[in-house]
Amino acid sequence: MAQALRMQGITKKYYGTTVLKEVGLEVDQGEIHALVGENGAGKSTLMNILFGMPVIHQTGGYEGEIYIGGEQVDILAPADAMALGIGMVHQEFMLIPGFTVTENIKLNREISRPNLLSRLFGKSLEVLDMDQMGRDSRAALDKLGVGIDEWLPVAGLPVGYMQFVEIAREIDKRNVRLLVFDEPTAVLAESEAELFLTAIRKLAQSGLAILFISHRLDEVAAVADRITVLRDGEVVGRLSGEEAHLDRIAELMVGRKIERPALPARVREPSDEDIILDMRNLVVDMPGERLNGLDLAIRRGEIIGLGGLAGHGKVAVANGIMGLYPATGEVMKDGEPLPLDDPAEVLRRGIAFVSEDRRGTGLLLGESLEHNIAFTSLQAQDRFLKGFLPGSWLKLQDSAEIREHGLRMIKELDIRCRGPEQPVRRLSGGNQQKVCLARALTLSPEILFASEPTRGIDVGAKNLVLDLLVEFNRKMNMTVVITSSELAELRKICDRIAIIYQGRLVGILDPDAPDVEYGLMMAGGKRTGVTGG
Amino acid sequence: MKQRLENLVERFGIPRLIIIAFVLVLFILGSLTGLSTGQLLSASLVRFGMNGILVLAMVPTISCGVGLNFGLPVGILCGLVGALISMQLELKGFGGLAAALLFSLPLAAILGWLYAWLLNRVQGQEMMVGTYVGFSSVAFMCIFWLLAPFDNPELIWAIGGRGLRYTLTLDKHFGKVLNGFLLLKIGQLEIPFGLVGAFLLLCLLVQLFLKTKVGLAMQAAGDNPRFARAAGIDVPQMRTVGIVLSTILGAVGIIIYAQSYGFLQLYMAPLMMAFPAVAAILIGGASLEKATVGHVILGTFLFQTLLTIALPVTSHIIGGDISEVARLIISNGMILYALTRASGGR
Repeated sequence: MAQALRMQGITKKYYGTTVLKEVGLEVDQGEIHALVGENGAGKSTLMNILFGMPVIHQTGGYEGEIYIGGEQVDILAPADAMALGIGMVHQEFMLIPGFTVTENIKLNREISRPNLLSRLFGKSLEVLDMDQMGRDSRAALDKLGVGIDEWLPVAGLPVGYMQFVEIAREIDKRNVRLLVFDEPTAVLAESEAELFLTAIRKLAQSGLAILFISHRLDEVAAVADRITVLRDGEVVGRLSGEEAHLDRIAELMVGRKIERPALPARVREPSDEDIILDMRNLVVDMPGERLNGLDLAIRRGEIIGLGGLAGHGKVAVANGIMGLYPATGEVMKDGEPLPLDDPAEVLRRGIAFVSEDRRGTGLLLGESLEHNIAFTSLQAQDRFLKGFLPGSWLKLQDSAEIREHGLRMIKELDIRCRGPEQPVRRLSGGNQQKVCLARALTLSPEILFASEPTRGIDVGAKNLVLDLLVEFNRKMNMTVVITSSELAELRKICDRIAIIYQGRLVGILDPDAPDVEYGLMMAGGKRTGVTGG
Repeated sequence: MKQRLENLVERFGIPRLIIIAFVLVLFILGSLTGLSTGQLLSASLVRFGMNGILVLAMVPTISCGVGLNFGLPVGILCGLVGALISMQLELKGFGGLAAALLFSLPLAAILGWLYAWLLNRVQGQEMMVGTYVGFSSVAFMCIFWLLAPFDNPELIWAIGGRGLRYTLTLDKHFGKVLNGFLLLKIGQLEIPFGLVGAFLLLCLLVQLFLKTKVGLAMQAAGDNPRFARAAGIDVPQMRTVGIVLSTILGAVGIIIYAQSYGFLQLYMAPLMMAFPAVAAILIGGASLEKATVGHVILGTFLFQTLLTIALPVTSHIIGGDISEVARLIISNGMILYALTRASGGR
């Protein structure tokens, strides 16, 4: 069958970091080709290159060739991609709620008739040919095999139908020959997903090439003709539909040699006998990361990892417990209930938090390093205060003590800066993260929640941050709950790893558990939790 | 060298440089035309102390994240009521001044709390809503001035015997008590240490407050509410603290202003009083997100000096008065400049 797309030797670097390495991808006409990989494996970057997104060209472009229909092309802007017949169905719907289905499908490609005014003043004053637009929309919807009324407003439609409108818009474009679906079923209910898969099979039969990006491995195995697996920016496997078993894909997706350096030994191993924090039916209403009822017991003195794909609620755990998003459920700290809407009380009870949103929640960007480090402790624990006059009731910040503490932290955590007075805005990501850790450390907490502590910092700094967390745990007997999208780093330092899928706990894995287990659990595979120690 | 100069200019801000240059030019012109520099400077100092506290009232609201307090008339009205009670009771001198302050404080605290309650419900539009809260409370108080149960003949209309007068003379009450206190005369230069000292004392108190636990929490709430919440700070409560403090400073500010001016102005007089205060702190270098006591002192000094010397100098040179026009252009222009500059600069 004719080849629709060939990408060959694609290499992309962002500021010296290689995110794609010699990636190749081929899609034939009439084929459903699946592209799978973890968060950060390079799927989005590859698609951004295919669509000529500005972010690619602003960061120095890419190496490699792209062939469409056998001809080499240069895609410099999204408009070029569209002209070449590449269509994209987005993860977030790009629809105007107040417009009808037809108007949305035909948006910016309206069919119009000339009239007197338009002859005088130009094409923008032509009258819309609603009948023809409606007929075209009907045809596109029929091609998908869905019976949505083309004259309904989009606003009231079920989510699944919005997805179909989005697809209909793409296939209505006359020249389209390759359709890219980015996580199309993420928002769909099971029955809708079923309908959707039938529809894309139908599209493929009509000769369209389909590139399908998904985390749902069962769907991928069911629908794809060929599968390309990406991991850390490299193609690690190409499978045909027949040989693609769930286990095989999962293993390829996650698999990497785990370098698990020997961690320092503990005096006493954590166990289920001594639970420090017990969560029951924890529900956190955090937009985009909803947690739907989590039951998890954290052992005193352990490092536990919270893993799972983005959007499944793993970062909501810490945010809910700290009271930053509305949460319900029962959380017991040392057997006593913990309030879920009172951050001050949570801090007083010895729980500290390093936010995943470093620049938004984690830091006062305009303030100095020393101020950032001391601030939370000053507020929650009344430290770093002194009387205006000795013994007076008026307490002011103790600048000398703050300076002294700041200098000590800079030294202990090796924060690279010009001095304790430097505003944190000017620090690099890794050093900003160290400031956040220093602040948490200043609170001397019993439990430290570290959300995505290595996100957006360079490789060297990542290891330093992880080493610090291990050090806190071993030397200060701090219980560490680390949330990360990078499974490898969790497996490096954690005692146990809890995998969260669609807002619930799927299971708890041993860091040495086989890759297949991880891959399956992250894709929602039901397995009974293997609890290790 | 050039680089360093550019940095210096950038840190200080071009508008400030222009205004400083303008003030200097006016002084030079003034001395060339034979006006007494000493007198000009003395008048400037009086207006500096007189207006300073109203400008200082902007610091708490900017710090707590509410922005410029265009609803300053709320505090001003509380100050006026306090002053009126003191006058009704025929209290004189420093006693009268102290009584006016004492009566207005609880009132300002209560109304400030209500005002904060409202502003916490309209987050993101505090300045717009504040402007109209200020306007409508002034209008509402016009009714109050007519119906209020004051019966001291000095306060009410001579004919009819009901309703307060437009302008009340403070001569027999506490007019100019601070202006006359610790007044130092050196030739033509008069330095009102009492008045300026009172202003600087309040500046010091606000500065100290900003270094307390609550003050720091308030600034964090304004700087980054999510950070503040994560540090266990009740953000709406901190905003309330800032707004109440600002309202109280507004009340104190108008009493000091009135004693210096020698008159108490009621009815529509407080309507636009927030605007010169806003302009002054912006000239001092504050932005919508960041204001310090230093901005207040510098801004008030520049703005008031400019207004004070513009009148005699310009009337001397061109024989007409453009000081009112200049005041409007500078104050509104400065506000416009600050509002259009979304962020950055400090």
